[in-house]
Amino acid sequence: MDVVLDFERPVVQLRTRIAQLRDIEKANGVDLSASIEQLEHQSRKLEQRIFSRLSPWQRTLLSRHASRPYTLDYIDALFTEWVELHGDRAGYDDQALVCGMARFNDRPVVVIGHQKGRNTKENIRRNFGMARPDGYRKALRIMEMAERFGLPIFTFIDTPGAYPGIDAEERGQAEAIAKNILEMARLTVPVIATVIGEGGSGGALAIGVANRVLMLENSVYSVISPEGCAAILWRDRAEGPRAAEALRITAADCFDLGVVDEVIPEPYGGAHRHVDEIATSVGQILEKHLAELEALEPEALRQDRYARFRVMGKLVGAEA
Amino acid sequence: MSNEGRRWFEQRKEFSPRPREGTPIPDTPDLWTKCPGCAETLYIEALQANLQVCTACGHHFKIGVMERLAALLDDGEVEFHDEDLGPVDALKFVDSKPYAARIKASQKKVGRRDAFVAVSGSIEGVDVEVGCFDFRFMGGSMGSVVGEAITNVYERANERKRPAIIISSSGGARMQEGVLSLMQMAKTCAALSRLQDEAGMPYISVLTHPTTGGVAASFAMLGDLILAEPGALIGFAGPRVIEQTIGQSLPEGFQTSEYLLEHGMVDRIVSRTDMRSMIGTTLRMLLKLPSGEVAPDAPPVLEVKEGGKSR
Repeated sequence: MDVVLDFERPVVQLRTRIAQLRDIEKANGVDLSASIEQLEHQSRKLEQRIFSRLSPWQRTLLSRHASRPYTLDYIDALFTEWVELHGDRAGYDDQALVCGMARFNDRPVVVIGHQKGRNTKENIRRNFGMARPDGYRKALRIMEMAERFGLPIFTFIDTPGAYPGIDAEERGQAEAIAKNILEMARLTVPVIATVIGEGGSGGALAIGVANRVLMLENSVYSVISPEGCAAILWRDRAEGPRAAEALRITAADCFDLGVVDEVIPEPYGGAHRHVDEIATSVGQILEKHLAELEALEPEALRQDRYARFRVMGKLVGAEA
Repeated sequence: MSNEGRRWFEQRKEFSPRPREGTPIPDTPDLWTKCPGCAETLYIEALQANLQVCTACGHHFKIGVMERLAALLDDGEVEFHDEDLGPVDALKFVDSKPYAARIKASQKKVGRRDAFVAVSGSIEGVDVEVGCFDFRFMGGSMGSVVGEAITNVYERANERKRPAIIISSSGGARMQEGVLSLMQMAKTCAALSRLQDEAGMPYISVLTHPTTGGVAASFAMLGDLILAEPGALIGFAGPRVIEQTIGQSLPEGFQTSEYLLEHGMVDRIVSRTDMRSMIGTTLRMLLKLPSGEVAPDAPPVLEVKEGGKSR
């Protein structure tokens, strides 16, 4: 199933046309290379034009794209010996958040990430990447294990938000998120968080208190979804595009606001059209940051994280 | 204390003893009000004297920040902190009204620069660092200023080796400051972790109506003790959001203090009128201090504090 967003359509149509010409070439033994080349040139140009000036709302749609690489795709591409670990040891195993250990360029590490599904069946299992308290508690359990054994932690953030449901509230959604934030602040191992799609509020931050926070170019990180914000401010969820603008949720905005340390560029066309390419560059950037953090002593890692978050925010009149 | 026998909170302009809800009784609007909990007609002065708690049914009316702090803290010297911190429109956020204009309007209405009041004082003789949300200021929402002030409460408590107390009433993170508001959750919690690790001092979280969103999902749910006022709305997601998500109506009493107690999410429900003694009693135990046979209104012995602004 190939989902095509409106603004991607012209490019996708050209690509389809190119594929058709190739088929004709093959079937009939004719040489259409000139036309193909011209169309390819055209499609590259078009793609570049569209993707070099995406609106915040278009980026929001890309961040949610059904073909966008998810946590397990990055695990598959960048890690070896992946061993998934299950359960919060209190009765639940939340499938919206995957945890486990693996090797990253030979080093043993822990990996934690939200996981969305690609179709309805998978999404029911993954709850659209919206974790319940059980998911956050599982993540905390695994992070504490990493702390005991001195393993670096990679997190991949990709959630519309923590699940707003009756059961989630009853089991302490707020407490589970709060506890993760608190405990992540104390970790003495390197923690690198990467926003790969949607960085949805507290549900994202619950695995986001890291020494380095990276963001893919077409991902978003926000205190509230644009639609949720629009529903409150303009009483109309359809005003999402306007809210996406106002909330400054793009990677570039988050970088300017000091919330994100590095933006990982995506090829024109977006991560979902260039999965191998984006995985390679994510891998290289993760390696760079991990190598830097590995040079720090455990206590320095904790201090580094404290210093990073201590300065967050903009205000006037701060005492010297 | 350099004033003519008045208690510190009585000198604050914004101190307002008038209840903010309930139906005024037509002919004597200044004297009587009707309790929305039990429909009892209440004498306003008596309601005030009872900390805006209905003398008949225990319904908790809203209470002003200064009124609340006055009821909680010992008489004597208190230091106010971070009153100069002011919000900045970092996003140039505009909805129906620019954020900058919203800030101005709220500041004028409420008489402070943002939604939080931080003080050093004592409770039944135990020195404490206290912070209290002001819900009247943009729904007590947490932006950079509130986050900074809370972080400072924990850092001060850590430095001075004192317990911290935060009294929450907030809709959550402030939308108008976007992801910067979200980051306040991390900033405050990181400071709390230091208070726990370095000073080893207790932190009591008091939840009042309402405590939701990013405030609930950070320091508010992390108290060594979590004490909730009766009937407060407490939760992560707002009831409307949940109803829309699941497409069904919510169970009776969902997300009230009582519901949270039943589900193991708060330690106790404590009436506003008992809050001071409950905090005093539990803090003395946690700090291994002798049982406080302090008469409730006996002024404690306080040292003169250096620095800060005393009023």
